[in-house]
Amino acid sequence: MAAGETVAPRKVNETAAVEAGLDALDSAPAGPARTPVRQILRERVLPPVAAAVLVLLAWQVAYEAEVKPHYLLPSPADVWRALSDQWYEGTLFSTVWTSMQRGALGFAASVVIGTALGLLLGAVRWLRTGIGPVLSGLQSLPSVAWVPAAVVWFGLTDATIYAVVLLGAVPSITNGLLAGVDQVPPLYLRAGRVLGATGPARVRHVLLPAALPGYLAGLKQGWAFSWRSLMAAELIASSPELGLGLGQLLENARTYQDMALVLATIGEILVVGIAVDLLLFAPLERRVLRSRGLAGTRS
Amino acid sequence: MSETVLRAGAPARTVLVAEAEDPAVRLTHVSKWFDTAGGRQTVLDDIGLTVGRGEFVCVLGASGCGKSTLLNLVAGLDRPSTGTIDVPGERRPALMFQDHALFPWLTAGRNVELALRLRGVPRRDRPEEARRLLELVRLKDAYGKRVHELSGGMRQRVALARALAQEGDVLLMDEPFAALDAITRDVLHEELTRIWTENNLTVLFVTHNVREAVRLGQRVVLLSSRPGRIAREWAAADTPEAALTSLVTDALREEIRRHGRR
Repeated sequence: MAAGETVAPRKVNETAAVEAGLDALDSAPAGPARTPVRQILRERVLPPVAAAVLVLLAWQVAYEAEVKPHYLLPSPADVWRALSDQWYEGTLFSTVWTSMQRGALGFAASVVIGTALGLLLGAVRWLRTGIGPVLSGLQSLPSVAWVPAAVVWFGLTDATIYAVVLLGAVPSITNGLLAGVDQVPPLYLRAGRVLGATGPARVRHVLLPAALPGYLAGLKQGWAFSWRSLMAAELIASSPELGLGLGQLLENARTYQDMALVLATIGEILVVGIAVDLLLFAPLERRVLRSRGLAGTRS
Repeated sequence: MSETVLRAGAPARTVLVAEAEDPAVRLTHVSKWFDTAGGRQTVLDDIGLTVGRGEFVCVLGASGCGKSTLLNLVAGLDRPSTGTIDVPGERRPALMFQDHALFPWLTAGRNVELALRLRGVPRRDRPEEARRLLELVRLKDAYGKRVHELSGGMRQRVALARALAQEGDVLLMDEPFAALDAITRDVLHEELTRIWTENNLTVLFVTHNVREAVRLGQRVVLLSSRPGRIAREWAAADTPEAALTSLVTDALREEIRRHGRR
C-alpha cells in the first residue's frame, strides 16, 4: 500500500478536478427567464376575458331582440342586480359558504374513504378483480341517480347529501389512485425493496409518492364529482331544516319563477367549481409535476 | 498508473480472506429457470461463487447470461429455483441499478436520508450523515437538488451514496456505469476504487464491459450465456491489466461465437 499512498493523492485530486468540470458542464442550466407580466396578460388573460365579453354581448342582443319574453330571459344587468341584492341581504356569502362547507367536508370524507379503498384494492388482487369493474361502472353513473334512494333511506337530512357526494366522489378518487399505482415504474418498487421499505413504510415512502401524479388527477376529478353531486343533492333534497345552499337557492328561485336569480345562482355554482380547481388543484398539480421534472416551466 | 498501484496493493489482503471461512456472499449450486409459453428457460445453471469480505468481484458476460438475475437473487428480490444463497451479514445487501432508480419526488439529500431512515438511523443524525455520504461521492452541493437537475454521472454518484447509506454487508452493482459517456465512466471507476479502498467495502459488480471488469475487479468471473454458467475466472493480481484485458476479451468472444454456430 505504501506506493499507493504516495501516488494516489495527486491522481485523486486530478480526478476530483475532472469530475468538478464534468458536473459543471452537465448540470441543467437554470430555467428560462420569468415571463413578463404584459405577455402573461396578453396571452393568457386577454383571450378568456374577450370570450366572456362576447358571450355577454350576444346575451344582451338576444335580450334586446326579445328572443324570449323578458321574464324568461332576463338581461345581464338583471342577473347582476339579483347578485348584488343577494350581496346586500347578506345571503350571498352564507349560501355559498353553506355549500362549500358541505362540499369540503364531503370531499374530505371521500378522500379518506377513496384512498383507503384504493390502497386495499391495490394490495388484494382478488378484491380488485371483483370490485374494480363495479367502481369503474359507478364512475359513469350520474350520482343524481342516487338521490331518490338516499332520500328514502335517510330522509331530508344532511346524511342524504353526504351519501350522494360520497357515492359520486369515492369511485373517482379510488380509480385515480389505482391508475397512479399501476403506472409506478417497477424500478422504484424494486429500489424500495432493496432499501428495506416493506409494509407501511413501502406505502408511505415509495408507493404513495410515486403514484402521486395519478392520485392528484383522481382527486381533481373527485372534487368535480363532489361538487356536482352536492348540487344535485341540494337541488332535490330541499327542505327548511337543511341549511340554504346553492342548490336549494336554485330550487327556490325556480319556484318563484325568478329567472334572474336562477341564472345568478348557476353563475355562482360555476365560479366556485372553477375557483377551487384553479386555486387549489392546478397549482398543486403543477408543483408536483415540476418538482419531478415532468412539466415544462409553462403548462 | 496509480489505479494499477492501488489495485495491486489491495488484493493480497482480501483474496486470502475470500478463501477463509467467513465469506460475505456464498452461492452454492444456484440455478434459476422461468417457465414460459415456449417451455422452461434456464437462466442460471449451477452457479457456485464466493465473495470474501472486502473483496471486489466482477461478473462479466454478454447479454442473456443472467447477470442481473444473479444480482436480483443475491439482493433477495427473487428466489433461486434450486441451490442456496448465503449472505451471512446482518444488513441486507445494497443494490445499485443501471438506471439510478433515485426517487424523483425527493431531493438528492432526501434520497440518501430515506435510506438512512429505513436503516434505523435516528432523525437528528440523518442530515449530517447524508451530507457526509454526498461529500464522499464529491457532491456536497447537490444536497438540495432534484434528481432531474443532475447529470447522468451525478445521479449515479447520488445512487452510490444512497447505496452506501444502507451500510449493507455487500454492495451489488448492476452495470451502474453502462449508460454513461466514456470520460464520466472513467472518473467514476477511479472514484469507486477510491471509495472501495477507503471504506473496506465488499463489491459484487456485474458488467458486459471487459475493460471495466478488469480494471475494477480483483477477480473477474466470466459467465457463459443461455444458460449462464461460470465459464472462467481470473485473478487480476496475476496478470498486467492490458494483457488480462485481451485474455478476457478473447474468452468472451469465444463464448459469444459458440452461439452463432448453433
